Amino acid sequence: MLQRTQDTTVAVDIDRVTKNYGAFTALSGVSLDIRDNEFFTLLGPSGCGKTTLLRSIAGFEEISDGAIRLYGDDIAGLPPHQRPVNTVFQQYALFPHMTVAQNVMFGLLRLRKSDSEAQTRCAEVLELVQLSPFAQRYPNQLSGGQQQRVALARALAPKPKLLLLDEPLSALDLKLRQAVRVELKQIQKETGITFIFVTHDQEEALTMSDRIAVMSAGEVQQVGTPRDVYEAPRNRFVADFIGETNLLDVSVTSVADGQALCVLPGGREIICPAAAVVDPGPGHLSVRPERMTLTAPADALLSGRVENHVYLGTDMQVMVRLEDNEVLTLRVQNSDAVSVPDIGTQVGIALEAGAARLLAD
Amino acid sequence: MSKVADMRRFPGFLQLTLLCLLVLYAPLMVVMAYSFNDNTSITIWGGFSLRWYEDVFFGVEAPKFKQAALNSLTIAVMAATCATVIAVSSAVAMMRARRLRGRTASFALINLPLMVPEIVTAVASLIFFSAIGFTTGYATILVAHIVFCIPFAYLPIAARMQSIEDTYEQAAMDLYATPAQAFRLVLLPLMMPGIFSGFLLAFIISLDDFLITNFVKGAGIETLPTAIFGSVKQGIKPNIMAISTLLLLVSVGFVTLSYLASRMGQNKTKT
Repeated sequence: MLQRTQDTTVAVDIDRVTKNYGAFTALSGVSLDIRDNEFFTLLGPSGCGKTTLLRSIAGFEEISDGAIRLYGDDIAGLPPHQRPVNTVFQQYALFPHMTVAQNVMFGLLRLRKSDSEAQTRCAEVLELVQLSPFAQRYPNQLSGGQQQRVALARALAPKPKLLLLDEPLSALDLKLRQAVRVELKQIQKETGITFIFVTHDQEEALTMSDRIAVMSAGEVQQVGTPRDVYEAPRNRFVADFIGETNLLDVSVTSVADGQALCVLPGGREIICPAAAVVDPGPGHLSVRPERMTLTAPADALLSGRVENHVYLGTDMQVMVRLEDNEVLTLRVQNSDAVSVPDIGTQVGIALEAGAARLLAD
Repeated sequence: MSKVADMRRFPGFLQLTLLCLLVLYAPLMVVMAYSFNDNTSITIWGGFSLRWYEDVFFGVEAPKFKQAALNSLTIAVMAATCATVIAVSSAVAMMRARRLRGRTASFALINLPLMVPEIVTAVASLIFFSAIGFTTGYATILVAHIVFCIPFAYLPIAARMQSIEDTYEQAAMDLYATPAQAFRLVLLPLMMPGIFSGFLLAFIISLDDFLITNFVKGAGIETLPTAIFGSVKQGIKPNIMAISTLLLLVSVGFVTLSYLASRMGQNKTKT
């Protein structure tokens, strides 16, 4: 809620955009407001429509219905080369027959900038991505990480109003990906350009974004800050897709003022926040594995038997089978101070305050 | 396991291979060797000499062969150029048009001439030209050559184009290039090895063609293959062997060049 007061100039207004491929609907009435200067992420599994939406903004896909407005101007009918928008492609698509500098200057020269102006700007962006010494190399003489930064420099050079990034980190190895995340966020802040970033990697989305739109099956499931979508998922899909979660079958007795009274498996009652309008009856409770603790079996909210351990390095994953046969997954910090009960032990489970959340289906 | 599958261990494999090589290359070897024969007979070796090469360039038949070679060369260059332009346009259209109706049919139509017996094409071309009242001569040869060179130019170009992803053009258009600029500045340079290879192949095919040329050329004009055939009809002289050897050399040179061009392109786009 605090975010909303910071900067409300809408950079991109995606208004009920629909895209059909024959009988298949890739996007169905997607509406989003992306704010000026924002690092906005479209997150979802493959086939959810996130790339189609990005390509529609870039102009590579013609939308079937709706409007895409960039600072108020409808750009949905314009061909790609008339949109003040640049893209970093998944496979970079660097021109193999041009040097790094020629690649970076390509956009500037098409905009009829003078040679000297293009060269100055090229040096500037190569400096920004720390590739100045490589200006005269060809793309195939660079490493994957360097190619990625050339692609970024090339897209930033013409100072687009909006930068689109189509899973640009997916081809990099883990260590490099983590370093580039920080760098990318830094560059976004420095340049003040609005970024729309597409990824299926929730960790990437959570670490870099100002806001995230979680998509599934051609629809936006939830829009919010990383904390919003992680801690207050609106529905089962979002809770399940972002991070790990346990979904408990509960029966809802009453809902009032966003709080619900539910009966847990085992018979104990709990009052928890409800995500959306939920009717009394059977429902699903989401509890994150790291927000539960193991206690003595007596008098616990939930109880069951330890079924399995999985060693994860920093954490230990403990699976507990409840009396109604559901299996809950907990995360216990791996430290000498905490002892993990043996497999087969009867244990109780305590929930942290506000850890549980009733979801819409 | 691999021993069982190894073809080289089949009985008679080596002998069969040698036989094939012999049948394929022995006649060429004989022609090449006897082109240096210092004897008017084409079967009796009379020592090494370059007299037949001298005869080709300065002998009584030299002006005839020179004119024929010139015709062959100009026709090959023009036919290969036109065929390449047509092949590039059709390759771009077939690979890049999103919804081109009859794409498979077009592909078949372009490549069908490779499978039609050449004699049929030759007869058909001749009938066509006389039906429309086109006087046979230089122009008919050129037109016929352009037509049958198209599939040969098309194949390497289409193969090359298949390996170029359309994200390059999208990236170009994303960077404010008009579709025409995206083609000229990005797609065309990337296609260049294929285009070069297609051009050379078409050039060689045109240079070598005898059958169709012989049908459509009309009287009074010769290309190198028809001129050679004409001379042979009056009895084979060693100067024919010298010309043939020269022609072979040119062909091998161009085919090698074409192969190198397409391989160079492959290396460059590998990242």
